Amino acid sequence: MSFVEYSEEIRDGDMAIVYQGHESMMPVKVRHGAQTQTRYGAIRHSADLIGKRYGAKVTCSKGGWVYVLHPTPELWTVTLPHRTQILYTTDIATITLMLELKPGSVVCESGTGSGSLSHAILRTIAPTGHLHTVEFHQQRAQKAEEEFAEHRVDHLVTVTNADVCEDGFGVTGVADAVFLDIPAPWEAVRHAKAALKAHGGRMCSFSPCMEQVQRTRQALLAANFEELSTLEVVLRVHEVRSVSMPLPDFGPDAEAPPDRGAAPLRTTTPPREMPAHTGYLTFAAKPRDRRL
Amino acid sequence: MADGGDDDSPYKINEGDYVMLKRGEIYKAVQIQSKKKVVFEKQWFFLDNAVGDLYSTTFEIVSGGQLQPVKPKDEASAASDTKEVGTDNRNIMDDGKSQKLTRDDIETLKEQGLKGQEIIQKLIDNSSTFRDKTEYAQDKYIKKKKKKYENTVTILKPTCRIMALMYHGREPGKICHLRYDTLAQMLTLANVHAGSKVLVFETCAGLVLGAVMERMGGYGSVIQMYPGGGPVRAGVENFGFPAHFHDTLHDFPICHVNALLAGTLDTSPKDPDTGEEAPHPDVAAEAQPKMEDTPDDSENVETNASGEPGTDDDRQRSKDAKAQLKRAKQEERRKKLAAAAAQLEGMNADGLVIASRFHPCPVLMCLLRFLSPSRPFVVYSQYKEPLVECFTKLKEQGGTVNLRLTDTWLRHYQVLPNRTHPMLLMSGGGGYLLSGITVETDHSRQANSEEPAPKKQKVTEEPAAKKQKVTES
Repeated sequence: MSFVEYSEEIRDGDMAIVYQGHESMMPVKVRHGAQTQTRYGAIRHSADLIGKRYGAKVTCSKGGWVYVLHPTPELWTVTLPHRTQILYTTDIATITLMLELKPGSVVCESGTGSGSLSHAILRTIAPTGHLHTVEFHQQRAQKAEEEFAEHRVDHLVTVTNADVCEDGFGVTGVADAVFLDIPAPWEAVRHAKAALKAHGGRMCSFSPCMEQVQRTRQALLAANFEELSTLEVVLRVHEVRSVSMPLPDFGPDAEAPPDRGAAPLRTTTPPREMPAHTGYLTFAAKPRDRRL
Repeated sequence: MADGGDDDSPYKINEGDYVMLKRGEIYKAVQIQSKKKVVFEKQWFFLDNAVGDLYSTTFEIVSGGQLQPVKPKDEASAASDTKEVGTDNRNIMDDGKSQKLTRDDIETLKEQGLKGQEIIQKLIDNSSTFRDKTEYAQDKYIKKKKKKYENTVTILKPTCRIMALMYHGREPGKICHLRYDTLAQMLTLANVHAGSKVLVFETCAGLVLGAVMERMGGYGSVIQMYPGGGPVRAGVENFGFPAHFHDTLHDFPICHVNALLAGTLDTSPKDPDTGEEAPHPDVAAEAQPKMEDTPDDSENVETNASGEPGTDDDRQRSKDAKAQLKRAKQEERRKKLAAAAAQLEGMNADGLVIASRFHPCPVLMCLLRFLSPSRPFVVYSQYKEPLVECFTKLKEQGGTVNLRLTDTWLRHYQVLPNRTHPMLLMSGGGGYLLSGITVETDHSRQANSEEPAPKKQKVTEEPAAKKQKVTES
């Protein structure tokens, strides 16, 4: 198991995702002799997990069963312990495409937060890329570093405990892409520019508030960034349902065929409430340095 | 411009490169070929002069269709002048008399070789109302004129982002109206990454396949399952991947899937000298003629789509040589088919991406069987209803979890001081996605406990096996 490479079989030391139902999943560190409580009773790691195939159905002590899934950055995003507000898959997917991330990309990120985006970046830039991630909260930085090691992606990432607005990313001229998710991104724009390659690169800033976007864009223009674009992506989930709609009785009608009743209809409904806003994504391109 | 350091070499434009042309929000994919006339935004020019320059350079189109790099200073200068501005539009009349230059005057200026920027300045100087316009209106005016008179083009390295933007902007019909943010969701939801084995079924001109290949970075393998005669993937060429990327790309005709599942697909070598069939004439052999003519068709489709003439002039060769070539091609094809079949036979693919104009339901049900348990899949459809059908079927059948039917809503913003608002127009829809994760079923556990050899699966894969029995008896 690794977040950047699939395995067939669950092994001691792996991180696995226990799937109990659609809205109910949890990450489990697999250890010889350990047990995990699920809503259907306990799972014994040695007997029920180790040596089993990922995707296997596991019967719990109370007779119910769960599936054990191979971790992916997307499953991690919905199961990880929140230490901060996190980025979700819809934004992450858009960021990954618009920053043109691919294997070999060098990326700078701040803040690390709970590592939701970091894991997705690492998956995409492996096996030859590198992520420099900067987090100003000491414990969060340390916790992220531990998780990267547990998820076997630590060789692809450097975690720095620093304030990116003051100290920058600790690297210059190496990055293909920079991502900012900090309260005052405008203060880090010059550091983003310094971190990007002399031949140019792309950056993205995530901000929940439009006022932040406005200030950031001013800073980006002042730093000669180009192709500024601010957008927002919202996920809409369609719940699949069977509905039956009764027919009213119009009274006797000799010509009408006999009443068949309404056939059930397969359709979708929107959720009653849904997340409507996460943040604005502002993208910009750093042009090639003039001297080149 | 380029100071010629070794550092620059990966950023240099070379003859034969596939590049993207950009002006404003308009993109076009072309190949750099010497003395080849390129038409972009109703203008023609030659790309020869771009060779040796760096990517992301903006060029001015000068007389004779030659390209001349624009000096960065020119780009910036216009905006910085201090301007005389009006406060509102109460004194501006739409009487068509405010511009003193006539169309003929402008044409003359153009013939004199004035650059776009200079023409715009002349237009401003000869406009009686420009000074009375508000600062915002002036910006808008300049922007509009720039679009009309500037004849610059920027040459970019192709990327999945630019390709997706280009197709969505120019030819959405060719990519089943797959919007770029939807493509982004697909690549992420399918966990496409280096080193995995991904199945792709698409009729999006190769955009989805190219996007998957870019995310794999030449590590692992991609198997394109294609419908009809041959794989259509003109778009993949335009990504300009290094040669070794193509070694990781396999293709397999979906019309042979049943045979593969039934274990009756014959990919054993035929005698290349006599062209005789191997001693087991069967399904594969019967299908062979079909395979023969169709890939040629597909090559034509590809070249037409990218607007390039064919390289080989096979037609002029003698019949004999043609037959020889055909045999060699046939052998080549057989080898490729065998390699793709070998990739599939393990029934252990790591991801499945479907985006086509075909009904997704049978495609999904068929191709899901090639996935290992605990692997993601994602199906795109321009319409929601077929995905509702897929969802219902998967729920009945089992073997998948975390099913979700979604679409994304994408809104762009104008952000300007005191004038921030959503853009006046937005895309009405970018298509729908069904995503999920495979899990072990009792059925698959049984199949997987045996050797993955397709011959044995004949027993367990009922539908295909039944069909086979009928043909055998």
